Amino acid sequence: MSRLDPPRVSRRSLLSLASMGSFIAALGTALAGILRLPNPAVLPGPVRRFKLGSPDEFAVGSETVLAEEGLVLFRDNDGFYAVSAVCTHLGCTVAWSKDGFACPCHGSKFDSAGRVVAGPAPRPLPWLELARAADGQLIVNADNEVPEGTRYRV
Amino acid sequence: MATAPREFIENLRHLPQTVKDAWFRLGKAPESEREESQATFHNLFLHIHSVRVHVRTLKPTLTLGLGIMATSAFLITVITGALLMVYYKPSTDLAYQSIKDIHFTVSTGRFMRNIHRWAAQLMVLAVLLHMARVFFTSSYKKPREFNWVVGLGLLVMTLALSFTGYLLPWDQLAYWAITIGSNIANSPRELTDAIGVTTWMDPGGFQKRLLLGANFVGQDALIRFYVLHVFVLPAALVVLLSVHFWRIRKDGGMARPEDPMGGLAEWGGELKPVFEPVATKTYGLMALVRGKRATVNRGPENTVMSWPHLFWAELAVFMVTVAVTLILSYYSDAPLKELANPAIPENPAKAPWYFLGLQELVSYSAFMGGLLIPVIVLFGLALIPFLDRRPGGEGRWFGTPGERPVAVKSLFFSLAVTVGMLALTVNYGWLRNWFPGIHQLWIILINPGSLLVLIFAAWSLYVLQRQDSVRHAAVGLFICFLVSFTILTYFATVHRGPNWKFFWWPSQWPVH
Repeated sequence: MSRLDPPRVSRRSLLSLASMGSFIAALGTALAGILRLPNPAVLPGPVRRFKLGSPDEFAVGSETVLAEEGLVLFRDNDGFYAVSAVCTHLGCTVAWSKDGFACPCHGSKFDSAGRVVAGPAPRPLPWLELARAADGQLIVNADNEVPEGTRYRV
Repeated sequence: MATAPREFIENLRHLPQTVKDAWFRLGKAPESEREESQATFHNLFLHIHSVRVHVRTLKPTLTLGLGIMATSAFLITVITGALLMVYYKPSTDLAYQSIKDIHFTVSTGRFMRNIHRWAAQLMVLAVLLHMARVFFTSSYKKPREFNWVVGLGLLVMTLALSFTGYLLPWDQLAYWAITIGSNIANSPRELTDAIGVTTWMDPGGFQKRLLLGANFVGQDALIRFYVLHVFVLPAALVVLLSVHFWRIRKDGGMARPEDPMGGLAEWGGELKPVFEPVATKTYGLMALVRGKRATVNRGPENTVMSWPHLFWAELAVFMVTVAVTLILSYYSDAPLKELANPAIPENPAKAPWYFLGLQELVSYSAFMGGLLIPVIVLFGLALIPFLDRRPGGEGRWFGTPGERPVAVKSLFFSLAVTVGMLALTVNYGWLRNWFPGIHQLWIILINPGSLLVLIFAAWSLYVLQRQDSVRHAAVGLFICFLVSFTILTYFATVHRGPNWKFFWWPSQWPVH
């Protein structure tokens, strides 16, 4: 038997192979369809833009813990900045103190700029985008990150 | 009178007897072995057992009844779980209140919830101990490799059921456990972020979306975990459990030492010579049959009827499980923390005991401790019966020669290494304390958890080389796994306090 003279494949074995193949293909497609359903097409969730009030309410040099919004708002001589208080490790809320942020769940520590000092956190705490609303109030957009060191001047 | 009415009245007269016969076919307690076999295989619930079992497998010291205990605990959770479903409402607004209703208002509600929780805890414990029993009695060896792997599947199911279970009350424990759990599912992002491919390939984000059904922990997440807890996981567990039981029979009953071949054999309480025919001679029936059964070439089989011997034993273990559960449930209430508060987690936010070892590992690296190490451990455990293929020691505790000293040495080795590693971490911190600004990839790769895995793997290879036995290497590795699991669980339970800091005792935690 040479390459030019391959073994004959019977019609029956070819057809059964084809039917088995189509069965597996159908099963695979069905499985993919089943797995598609739990993968959400729309991600429901609240809008995470918060009005924080008039800029004048925050004195220069102040730090305000906003627990509901999950962030800490700072104001220094250069302007405002907001640091997220959601741990980049596994999502616990970090507690703010003068030394920085500390996570109650797994012990990550961040300095006052949100940089990781100790523990398992993979990334620094993100700085969040600040803006002004039409009525002059300060707005934080907790879904948008800005580079560390970015200040918002009013 | 025609015959039909007479027949009808006759049948009516016999109705109590015929109904009784239809339900209890034998009509009396079985007396002969034939009736005992019929009692076994004419009953759906009993026929998963073989008709006869080997006496050695009935010895309580071989199995400690742990498998039956785990199954009993599962049955208890199924029954109490169905009862709790009557009142529980899987909605973020109502879940917490409905648990409070169950606890304070529903008649026997508190007791049922306690039983559900204690049976679940007992099940986790029994499954872990059962695995250790099977390992130390070499019961995973050929032809039981497959059933060992099925058993690992059941362990995962049991832990998944426990996890999804404590999420449902929607208290502080539940909310932050879902948050942490879904972020562990998200943690491959640590790796993809570190090598910068998250935009194109984000398995972590996919897993998290699949669990939460949203970007945040809320109603979608609760209903998903509810469906998993009350249907998907129990159904999958029942299927696996059936396979597990069925395989016991297909693999020739439970692992046990070989019956003696020839020589003297115990028979009816005394030793008798086993008849060994000479190949060149022809024998009459009279020579072969002695006693009740022929024992040619090999000892008597030493089996007894499953009815009543096995069933009494199983019933006894079931009753003990029920009793222990009831006593615990009477004296100790299932906890319910404050209503879920998305703003602030508890400090410390601790998982139930069986996940605390994992929480300690996660506190080194979410991806390594929460996903990779558990997967490596499960994979390693699953490989044991395929790598250790030499028969011997089946059904005996530490059955192969020289196993005990290896076990003891491994015990002390892993104890020293685990405690040493924890002491190092607590006293001197880790890479990030020594090299601030170190790349995250190093933290993922080199942390106390991954080092423990490496050291234990090395120890196992050392034992393999030194003892020249795959079984001994497996014993070394398994002891390391058990010891580190126990130590990490203990350490995280007792010595971790607020902000996951080290404290000698919980009484030293800062008051606020």
